[in-house]
Amino acid sequence: MSEPETLPRADARAGLDGTDDVLVRVDNLVKYFPVRGGGLISRTVAHVQAVDGVSLTIGRGQTIGLVGETGCGKSTLARCIAGLIPVTSGTVTFEGDNITNLSRRRMQPYRREIQMIFQDPYGSLNPRRRVGSIIGDPFAVHKTASGNERKRAVQELMERVGLNPEHFNRYPAEFSGGQRQRIGVARALALRPKLIICDEPVSALDVSIQAQVLNLLADLQQDFGLSYLFIAHDLEVVRHVSNSVIVMYLGRIAEAGPRDPVYDAPRHPYTNALLSAAPAADPDAAAARQRIILSGDVPSPINPPSGCRFHPRCPKAQDLCGQEIPPLEVKAGDPATHVTSCHFPVQEGEVLARAGRAGRQER
Amino acid sequence: MSISELEFQAKTVEDTPGQAIEGRSQWWLTWRRLRKDKMAVAAMIVIVLIALCAILAPVFAAVTGHGPAQVFPNTGVSASGLPVGPGTNGFILGTDELGHDLLVRIMYGAQISLFVGVVTTLIATVAGVSMGLITGYFGGWVDAVLARVIDSVLAFPYIVLALSLAVVFGPSLPIVIAVISFFSWAGIARVVRGQTLSLKEKEYIEAARSLGSGPWRIMFIDILPNLLAPVLVLATLSIPAAIVFEATLDFLGLGVQPPAASWGNILAGAQSYYQEAWWYLVFPALALVITTVAFNLLGDGVRDAMDPRTERIFAAGRKRKRKGTSAPPAGGPSTQYPDPPRQPSPGV
Repeated sequence: MSEPETLPRADARAGLDGTDDVLVRVDNLVKYFPVRGGGLISRTVAHVQAVDGVSLTIGRGQTIGLVGETGCGKSTLARCIAGLIPVTSGTVTFEGDNITNLSRRRMQPYRREIQMIFQDPYGSLNPRRRVGSIIGDPFAVHKTASGNERKRAVQELMERVGLNPEHFNRYPAEFSGGQRQRIGVARALALRPKLIICDEPVSALDVSIQAQVLNLLADLQQDFGLSYLFIAHDLEVVRHVSNSVIVMYLGRIAEAGPRDPVYDAPRHPYTNALLSAAPAADPDAAAARQRIILSGDVPSPINPPSGCRFHPRCPKAQDLCGQEIPPLEVKAGDPATHVTSCHFPVQEGEVLARAGRAGRQER
Repeated sequence: MSISELEFQAKTVEDTPGQAIEGRSQWWLTWRRLRKDKMAVAAMIVIVLIALCAILAPVFAAVTGHGPAQVFPNTGVSASGLPVGPGTNGFILGTDELGHDLLVRIMYGAQISLFVGVVTTLIATVAGVSMGLITGYFGGWVDAVLARVIDSVLAFPYIVLALSLAVVFGPSLPIVIAVISFFSWAGIARVVRGQTLSLKEKEYIEAARSLGSGPWRIMFIDILPNLLAPVLVLATLSIPAAIVFEATLDFLGLGVQPPAASWGNILAGAQSYYQEAWWYLVFPALALVITTVAFNLLGDGVRDAMDPRTERIFAAGRKRKRKGTSAPPAGGPSTQYPDPPRQPSPGV
């Protein structure tokens, strides 16, 4: 097939949804975790390349969906942006201020602006502390309210997220999963942040409860003008909440852009495969669509494939894919905000064959 | 206490409006389970009685007119110079070779034993918990250094240290407390370090960090409450160990010196007379044994009450008794709470 004409863009980045009001800007972020060898004096023998050169922007009031398989670096990226783990290289900018690898003390003002909601509603609340003290923690840490004032603020928050404010004296174990996640939301909301990073906030919940929590998050976004970085592996959830979507594979962005173009006309074979694997509510549609079955597992991020990291599993892979890293760029016919990292992007109506030609494995 | 039971309780509270809505704390539940444990309740009563004996020792001495260091050469020693037996001349438990009232001295000895047991446990617990939290939470070189310090303390020959300190500073109660505390904190620190290592990986610790909590706040507000259960068990079990340790040092003449009374030095005095005066040896030894057994039983009870899994084991035990077989309990022994800190337990 012929190589499609591309529109090269020097600063092609994900999530730039035509907005100039940028809240967070991530440039070429790299996070390697050292792998230490055994023995008496351990030395670094390899690196897990969890995130490898990711650039994105989050606009004010926007929701950016981040999807990808387990182990593709979504959570690591989130923790780097939240400043929970040091970054290997690259920068994170919040409202124009570089907040990369700040000391704890200098990071403190930005902690108030960037909060997280965690995946596990059971693991993310301290089982030995009362709910009132958990939700009041941000006030205590940042010394913004104390005593009765703090208690009143906590009860207002509990009411806002749909909890009975009289329950502030209870322990997390006395709440259901959905209620616990509301506690997590209340805690994240306490300091009126501008960005909330949601690390798979609903994947541990029942479907009916998922909807409640998603609606709560949407209401809060409207009321407080929040921006969300929304990590999930449920594609339909991401489609429901996001303005823009970023698809990650093995630490790199495979494809990104506004929600509808990415979902309706995915260009990266990986995005196609992901979307074809998502369960559909309509059985006729589910039967009619073409399933792309990827063979094999995600390769090890310690020794990722050369070139395009997807090429060993890609149905369209050619020799070039194993040699050259495809740039993240706008492909012909796409809007200027829809970028894809692929040498041979999928055309509309193209049928992808069964994937994973063994001869292409480069390990 | 199973999760479902907890939920049921929460529901019950919810269904009865008007009642105070108060979370049932871990301590409340522990206390409720502990109250059902007959052994632990008996141990608690015994400990309270011993404490009363210690507190009321001066009162008792005044009532009988026998001071702890007062000798009664005429009524308290037989014609052949031996101690008099229990019940003779108003000495309820008899006397020693100098004519001291043995009961009064044992009661005063209880003061020393309980005081040393509680004080050293407090010091060791505070030091051990702090060291364990710091070394476990910070990790890296801090851990590498402090973990080796803990190992060295655990490997130290305690009698050698006690002997040399007694020689340098002269035997005294503060030295005894210092030595016992020094050997008790390391075991607690090692357990706390291990628990901290696992707790600091929990998501709620990450949540605390994302809020901007500093390391000290995380250690003492987020991690410490999760450690209180094992620490309380360790502390309860370290009291009897400290009491035995103190008695050993006194017995060897490194601690409390006569005429002040302690169980250890009474036993040391009894060495030469037990063939003629059995009460001289038996009663102080009995006091020591009863006290340590009571504290150990209480510690076991606290451990069982803190660990909900033991309920299953108890249930399995009851079933077994009914069937009359001796199959091991299904759940196996609980491993959540570790054994008490290693402490020398010398035979007295």
